[in-house]
Amino acid sequence: MSTSATTRASSTVPSQAEVAIAEVTDAITPPVLPGAGGKRTRVRRHGPISPLRRVLIYVMLTVLTAIIFVPFFWMVSSSLKQNNEVFSIPVQWIPTEFVWQNYVDIWTRIPMLTYLKNSLFLSVTITILQVLTGSFAAYGFSKMHFKGRDVLFVAYIATIAVPWQAYMIPQYIMMQNAGLVNTHLSIILLQAFGAFGVFLMRQYYLTIPDELSEAARIDGLNEYAIWWRIILPLTKPALASLALLTFVSTWNDYMGPFIYLTSNDLWTVQLGLRSFVGQYDAEYALIMAGSVVSVIPIVLIFLLGQRYFIQGIATSGMKG
Amino acid sequence: MAIAAPPQRTRSSSRVRRNALVGWSFILPNFIGFALLTLIPMCAAFVIAFMKWDSYSPPEWVGFANFARMMRDESFWIALGNTAYYAAGHIPLTILASLGLALLLNRKLRGLGFFRTAMFFPYITSLVAVAVVWNMLFNPTAGPINQFLELIGVADPPGWTTSSAWAMPAVIITSVWRDMGYYMVLYLAGLQAIPQEYYEAAEVDGANAWQRFWNITIPSLRPTTFFVLIMVTIASFKVFDLIVVMTGGGPGRSTLVLSQLIYREGITENRFGYSSAISLVLFVIVLVFTVVQFKLQQRKER
Repeated sequence: MSTSATTRASSTVPSQAEVAIAEVTDAITPPVLPGAGGKRTRVRRHGPISPLRRVLIYVMLTVLTAIIFVPFFWMVSSSLKQNNEVFSIPVQWIPTEFVWQNYVDIWTRIPMLTYLKNSLFLSVTITILQVLTGSFAAYGFSKMHFKGRDVLFVAYIATIAVPWQAYMIPQYIMMQNAGLVNTHLSIILLQAFGAFGVFLMRQYYLTIPDELSEAARIDGLNEYAIWWRIILPLTKPALASLALLTFVSTWNDYMGPFIYLTSNDLWTVQLGLRSFVGQYDAEYALIMAGSVVSVIPIVLIFLLGQRYFIQGIATSGMKG
Repeated sequence: MAIAAPPQRTRSSSRVRRNALVGWSFILPNFIGFALLTLIPMCAAFVIAFMKWDSYSPPEWVGFANFARMMRDESFWIALGNTAYYAAGHIPLTILASLGLALLLNRKLRGLGFFRTAMFFPYITSLVAVAVVWNMLFNPTAGPINQFLELIGVADPPGWTTSSAWAMPAVIITSVWRDMGYYMVLYLAGLQAIPQEYYEAAEVDGANAWQRFWNITIPSLRPTTFFVLIMVTIASFKVFDLIVVMTGGGPGRSTLVLSQLIYREGITENRFGYSSAISLVLFVIVLVFTVVQFKLQQRKER
């Protein structure tokens, strides 16, 4: 058995990087000594060899996942119970009787639909703005060369490290003077121009070889056309990552809306749910039903695009 | 883009200028928003911190009076202590948990993608839902956590969010549960970047699994750990949402943290100057931690 065949076989779907590493390894490691046993010589750090260890790992992972999922299970199960059944001793994990009515009542007890609409509007608007301006600026930061570029980029990066609370008050005063407190526009302005999006997109753009844009320039394309027709299509996964991360963080944001939105009809799902908990703190089942409703859109989005989430986060941790 | 040896000076400088214009035009749409809403407020915070400014009177320069007041403000010291308490629990536990999960998941086994997704799940769940559910789980009399503790023989389980001694641990547990999946992804990326031949060479030299972990994995992960450490530290010091929803800073002031105090002083009480001074202290703390970590990292790399 050849060395490379063993390496390739070790992973079901090797990523590009893994293949590249495997090729390098093949080039520098001497051929396998005959008789040493092809399997033994290729020590794989990925994956234990013995079936016992494999079973052990699966058991560990299953137990861990079960523990991590207890809160979700409790949430869903409680949302289908009667109020007085939620805190039973001993814990009743499966409701004796499924109270689907909770999911009907939650829409009438609080203006859930309004909250959902507000959250959706803010999340979509902010995501579009962040992705557009972020990728546009990232092009300037990675593919254009001009004076002051790097200083400016450092300023961007530095602000990521500054806690928002440090400048929350001046920001609030400015918004107040502009008459934007208690409007959706304040939340949009607050979140649509984040440095994080620029940073994330730049990290991706740096991986695209400069020769590509050089060639396009020689072909007579201007910079905007290069961005729109070459770079954007190439970085669709990055756009998806940024879009998903922005959407989820906007949907889940509490502090921004908490500070700026005071009218009930402007509230997001998070604020609505929190206020419901404050008013009816004994309506356990309904609270849980509301929580489930507030989480479902995010779960759907996450399951559809989880690959991009993981990539996006991993990229933001790359050195650059 | 390199400008290849231009024959005429004037043409090259005009080209550079045009290039700069085009470059700026890319950055501008984002930069306007960024400058207005981040840079300017950030600089303003430094100035406002030295002013007496509330909604009743115009701003007035008072020098260090806000800081002097802070020194006498019991709430400030309590909030500072609680923030440090939270950070001291949240930072190491999150790093250990996320590294542990990443090590466990960094292998090629069928179905591992499912577990990875599952462990990332808490991070994307909305914070209010998380806080509300955990509050119920921590219910001192009938919550599942205390029922479980009683089952395994803990005679007098803690009161969690209803007790001032146990509220902070409850918040820390919840936040570690929520955040570990995020940092696990960063660690997984770090682990996958370690060249396989390091391990092979070590194996040939007869290093056992523990030695390989200690001498290859940990040093190779240093850049990742550095990044994670900085991110977790910043996140710890600015914790707000989780505490506001879970405990509201209580019972008493037992979980009051700095960012909550800033919110209360600045936005509820309209004491802009004083709250900006507290923000400045928070900023300096985060800055000092980041710089120290940078220095340590540099020394290790040398």
